[in-house]
Amino acid sequence: TLKLICTTTAVQRKNVGASGPEKYTEAFIKKQIEEFNLGKRHLANMMGEDPETFTQEDIDRAIAYLFPSGLFDRQARPLMKHPTEVFPEQRKIQWGEDGRPFHFLFYTGKQSYYSLMHETYEKFLNVQKHQDQLIAQDLPLQKEKRNLAGSRWLTKIELEEMLLEKVSDDDYSRFIQLLQKLVALPCADIEEKYIQKFSKEVPLQLQKVVIEPLQHDERGVAFSTGEGKRKTARATAVVYDNGTGKITVNGIDMLHYFPVLQDREQLLFPFQFLDRIGKHDMVCTVSGGGRSAQAGAIRLASAKALRSFVTEKEVEFMRQAGLLTVDPRVKERKKPGQEGPRRKFTWKKR
Amino acid sequence: QLDRGCALPTAARAGLSSVSSQDVPAEKPRAIFHTSESDPAKHTEQHEGRLYNIPLEEVKAVFPHGLPHRFQQQIQTFNEARVMVRKPALEILAYLKGSNFAHPAVRYVIYGERGTGKTMTLCHVVHYCSRQGWLVLHVPDAHLWVKNCKELFQSSYNKDRLDQPLQASVWLKNFKTSNERFLEEIKTQKKYIWGKRESTEEGRPLREVVEQGLARVRSASDAVGVVLRELKQQSHRGSFRLLVAVDGVNALWGRTTLSKEDKSPVSPEELTLVHNLRKMLMNDWNGGAIVTTLSQTGSLFKPSSAYTPQQLLGKEGFDALDPFVPIPVPNYSPREFESCYGYYLERKWLQHEKAHTEDGKAELQFLSGSNPRQLDRLAGPL
Repeated sequence: TLKLICTTTAVQRKNVGASGPEKYTEAFIKKQIEEFNLGKRHLANMMGEDPETFTQEDIDRAIAYLFPSGLFDRQARPLMKHPTEVFPEQRKIQWGEDGRPFHFLFYTGKQSYYSLMHETYEKFLNVQKHQDQLIAQDLPLQKEKRNLAGSRWLTKIELEEMLLEKVSDDDYSRFIQLLQKLVALPCADIEEKYIQKFSKEVPLQLQKVVIEPLQHDERGVAFSTGEGKRKTARATAVVYDNGTGKITVNGIDMLHYFPVLQDREQLLFPFQFLDRIGKHDMVCTVSGGGRSAQAGAIRLASAKALRSFVTEKEVEFMRQAGLLTVDPRVKERKKPGQEGPRRKFTWKKR
Repeated sequence: QLDRGCALPTAARAGLSSVSSQDVPAEKPRAIFHTSESDPAKHTEQHEGRLYNIPLEEVKAVFPHGLPHRFQQQIQTFNEARVMVRKPALEILAYLKGSNFAHPAVRYVIYGERGTGKTMTLCHVVHYCSRQGWLVLHVPDAHLWVKNCKELFQSSYNKDRLDQPLQASVWLKNFKTSNERFLEEIKTQKKYIWGKRESTEEGRPLREVVEQGLARVRSASDAVGVVLRELKQQSHRGSFRLLVAVDGVNALWGRTTLSKEDKSPVSPEELTLVHNLRKMLMNDWNGGAIVTTLSQTGSLFKPSSAYTPQQLLGKEGFDALDPFVPIPVPNYSPREFESCYGYYLERKWLQHEKAHTEDGKAELQFLSGSNPRQLDRLAGPL
């Protein structure tokens, strides 16, 4: 039992890694967990549901119902989650009452990082030993390649979260190099489980947009629908085959609905691109926005509808021409202290 | 500026000559759009979609004031007047040819959306009638009489009505140019007193009335009224046929933008010109025909989407003109569009390289919606 003076200096010297300025003691966390569970049961009671089978999704829905918020940032809205998700993980105090640290690498400064490297190198040596054994016994080496295409290593931030301490860029790259060396060895499947802790599946970008097949209406004419939007305008277009190039918008002929040439040119663009100007009829409905926005929305809708009539290569051409992309430009918000989104107030010298 | 003496052999465009344009094989596809028949009397459905030529001297004589402004510019540029033969015009011509002139005059109302060629149809009919030797009473745009009038005088004939000397004198001048020989033949049947010292005796040629109106601008509107009354009374005698061609007839029954000195609005009946013209449009005379056009472009206080007779004429006008033969004028049919496009190409009006291709043609058709006016405006900058 050392005197208090010695313990205080030891306490001051500790480094709390990867956590905020406040400290949450274990007792505090436990209390929070109890309160959360109680609160969960109360909430279930309030909503009239069964307290035993009240899941986190139900909690989220209930909170969204009881405290509706119009804030855009999801993380700013009222939230009720398990304390382990709310309070970030913190390093427990690394030394005992006598001031002696638990871990043998404490005095390196980055104890978890070095212990991790140590472990990984141990596995590496294990694999090499196994390999030598197999060579000695003249057994064939297993060559099953891990599927590296669908997986990636942990990012630096994820590694920091796992180790609960800061990792510098150099250290991180050294760790990844070691992992790659380990994986490169032919008999690395032995340590597969260990390696899987540090790799993640990347969802392949197989989100191919499904092109809908053509539908046929009563007369036997093939048609397809498409939707489009631009700024605040929303449009739906139905493109019929075997037509004369007539276009009807909200029941009115295109020539009357869009007196301006520019809007009609926008409508013309998808058909002209595919050389199908006089071949299709179109009936569309549009609402919202202004004259130009409606024209842009109908253009997108008709391009999407025309995908069903056209080969895949041409669809790719259309995509590259920008006919199938939603225009992300919307009206910018006005900021306080300025007259408009960018315009500042007139500057007066005095 | 187009150069007239360009490489195109003139045999391709048969103006007045009746040589068939099949001489040069290379010109065949273009020559389809033109027809050598420059007499509207002989135009049949065969000629539908084709353009026929009106010699420039005739244009000056027959149409001193009737043609649309853009068409006049086109005449100046191309140095020739080509009018397309279209179905509505052929319809009216057929009716006119088969009508019995002992019956009261039949009224034809040409209506259609903006820029579809109503005025051009009217001009076609007027040309036919003047070729046939009719007396043509052509009012180019009745809207000119109900708006933007600078001078309004109280009529000396009737205290309630208002005179418009400027418009009346302009119209009289044009009327004189178009119907020279008739003015000599027709004699007045009554004595008319214009003022303290001027008067026209009975039996004098109508030309004197017209000149009186031109000389004394104050009494021009009354001169117009006199002319109209004389023509109406004498037409059923059968010595000549009378065609009353009014463009923008819905102006006569709408509202006016004019106001009296005390700022009260003027209704159309109070204008002498309008009053007389309305009497002309009644079908209580025979020996001729009345062909009118509705026009939204110059109309006052009417929405731009209105184009049917009921909408544009209003209840009053509709009742006044009832019964009439409605003639709708649609946009270009594909054939007509092709011939118009071919004409522009041939006259080298479309200079853009892409305009010569099939795609360019399809694009023009799409963008103009086969509307003649839109096509004309589109082809302008190209």
